[in-house]
Amino acid sequence: MAHIKLAEGIPGILGLMAFRPETAKPLNALADVLLRGPNSLSPGDREMIATYVSSQNDCYFCQGVHGAVAAHHWGGNEKLIDEIKRNFESSPISDKLKSLLAIAGQVQKGGKHVTADDVERARKHGATDKEIHDTVLIAAAFCMYNRYVDGLATWAPEGFPEVYRQSGKRLAEQGYISSTDGLPASTGG
Amino acid sequence: MVFSPETTRPLRDLVEVLLRAPNNTLTPAEREMIATYVSSQNDCYYCRHCHGAAAAEHLGGNYALIEDLQRNYRAVPISDKLKALLAIAGEVQKGGKLVTTEDVEVVRRHGATDKEIHATVLIAAAFCMFNRYVDGLATWQPRDPGVYREIGQRIANHGYNATGWELPVQVAKEASQD
Repeated sequence: MAHIKLAEGIPGILGLMAFRPETAKPLNALADVLLRGPNSLSPGDREMIATYVSSQNDCYFCQGVHGAVAAHHWGGNEKLIDEIKRNFESSPISDKLKSLLAIAGQVQKGGKHVTADDVERARKHGATDKEIHDTVLIAAAFCMYNRYVDGLATWAPEGFPEVYRQSGKRLAEQGYISSTDGLPASTGG
Repeated sequence: MVFSPETTRPLRDLVEVLLRAPNNTLTPAEREMIATYVSSQNDCYYCRHCHGAAAAEHLGGNYALIEDLQRNYRAVPISDKLKALLAIAGEVQKGGKLVTTEDVEVVRRHGATDKEIHATVLIAAAFCMFNRYVDGLATWQPRDPGVYREIGQRIANHGYNATGWELPVQVAKEASQD
């Protein structure tokens, strides 16, 4: 049960956004620009970074939703997303993306864990300053979203992959900005 | 933030609504205290000093209280409710799942509302983002306390969207020319 009174049946971050629309707005705007804004990293790559960090933080809801968005961008390849969560270094993705996931993994532990060697590896594989910046910020942002969702003990549906698949498709196609419009307002103290 | 203006806008909007928006029973001082406490736990020099200064300025320049709070908030003269909220913030800093129902019961016993609990968790979570962003890119962080006092005053008086980043950028430029 969530630590605060939220509208029933609304999972994860959605219940929190219905509870406080004024914080939902910048949170959704941030997710949208980070994961879908014009960028040399594809939305699929960026959702993969988000999913990886969320799995490292053991956040069921976030890794479920963003894993589904990532899979949608990668042509429905859910198996690839699972492999990346388990061991991205041995998965069939580019060396550049592996080096950025390594940086994201360091950020998940703490900002100071990112070393000059980590950055050099990414640069060697062609990552630009902007791509490194965005990787760090996506990883940092998901350290926020994961703590928000789990810190208030929100409910997440388990054992219903189709629910996440549908969310993934909708978010991939329509984005985050209006994703929580129309959610029923909840009561709270 | 100067490097990436398109991500700056939602980040500033977020911090403005979290730490200064009026529709909140936690005062701006209390909210900045949560931010600076989490930043000190994450050992982020820049964030800890910016938000520590903002908190101190909201309290009429009480920098000593903020320093004591970062060292041991249980021993400073703040309300039991705020101490209990800082305990929750401390758990969030380590990980979301570490916030227990017992933690929440304690804070409710001291009068915290759902909105206050929500605000505390989200501020703590957000600073786990800001701290990682700042340190993850190894940004240059001024060491002159006067710079932070100036930043704190600007935040306390004008907020995050009105606050220019001219001062730290200018200081950085001057320092790099030395």
